[in-house]
Amino acid sequence: MAEHQEDHGQAYYVKIWAILLVLLIASILGPILAPHLEFGFLEAWMITLMTAFGIAVVKAYLVASNFMHLNIEKRYITYMLATMLTLMLLFFAGVAPDVMEHKGQNWENVAAEAEIERALAAQAQEAQEGHDEHGGEHDDAEH
Amino acid sequence: MTKPIATTRSATGIPTGKLAVWWVVGSEIVIFGGLLASYIMHRLGHPEWAEYASHTNPWFGGANTFILLTSSLFAVLAHHAAEQGDGKTAAKWLVGTAAGGFTFICVKAVEWSIEISHGYTITANGFWSFYYTAAGIHAVHVIAGCIIMLIIANDARKGKELQRVELIGIYWHFVDIVWIFLFPLLYIAK
Repeated sequence: MAEHQEDHGQAYYVKIWAILLVLLIASILGPILAPHLEFGFLEAWMITLMTAFGIAVVKAYLVASNFMHLNIEKRYITYMLATMLTLMLLFFAGVAPDVMEHKGQNWENVAAEAEIERALAAQAQEAQEGHDEHGGEHDDAEH
Repeated sequence: MTKPIATTRSATGIPTGKLAVWWVVGSEIVIFGGLLASYIMHRLGHPEWAEYASHTNPWFGGANTFILLTSSLFAVLAHHAAEQGDGKTAAKWLVGTAAGGFTFICVKAVEWSIEISHGYTITANGFWSFYYTAAGIHAVHVIAGCIIMLIIANDARKGKELQRVELIGIYWHFVDIVWIFLFPLLYIAK
């Protein structure tokens, strides 16, 4: 076991847990309150992004360093995990352009374009019907 | 029983069992990372998914995040007790951690039952396919972790193999971290 580890008492771990809970509450409330917190260049989607994903990164860091003790683990482990994360980013960079775009210079993803058009039209119709019926509940997944 | 020699030496200076768990975590990063990266690129490329995602319930996701964070606290307290050589206390914290995992699965069962009854099944559309696949693979990891944890708790209770308490803890914290990212992706970003 980690004989080189600092002697953290139970209170220390409870403190980290309390911080994680505060961050969890902020990540839930952030997107809800985002439309009311807009000012200047700070738009609602930026607040949502920061509170949802920014806080997730901070929470993951706190768990990895304090609960998994990555901060006092041999550097080899950090490098190995960082390599895996880099491979993931490489995968994203290589594949994302073909998935996020639906047409390029010499290709077109007709099926994806048709599905987006169909689904958005169905959702618009659903919203219109909901509006006409004074907000009646519509729970079907197939729109 | 004599131990195989491989448990007592390591070129990295890290005990072999712990090194193996770190490599499991490394390979899991690629598994979950690939899945989440695929989800993100599809989500960004399909504007219609925003409406599908609006039907997930953040209160279920939030409750499960609270449960997993708390169970992670229990896991690290088990490790702390094991370091003091207190196997009985470590076993108690491990059982508490497994109880957290079991509660997580119960909440998920209720949540999925409600969603499926409303027609949001794995075949409804691409969003729900990712939703059930990502959360499902994560849930399998929670179940596997709970089973291993109870086996280790049984040994720890007798004061045996206390180093394994830390090993299952590392795995469990990783499962917690995966959920920390699944939560905003599936429940918050509407």
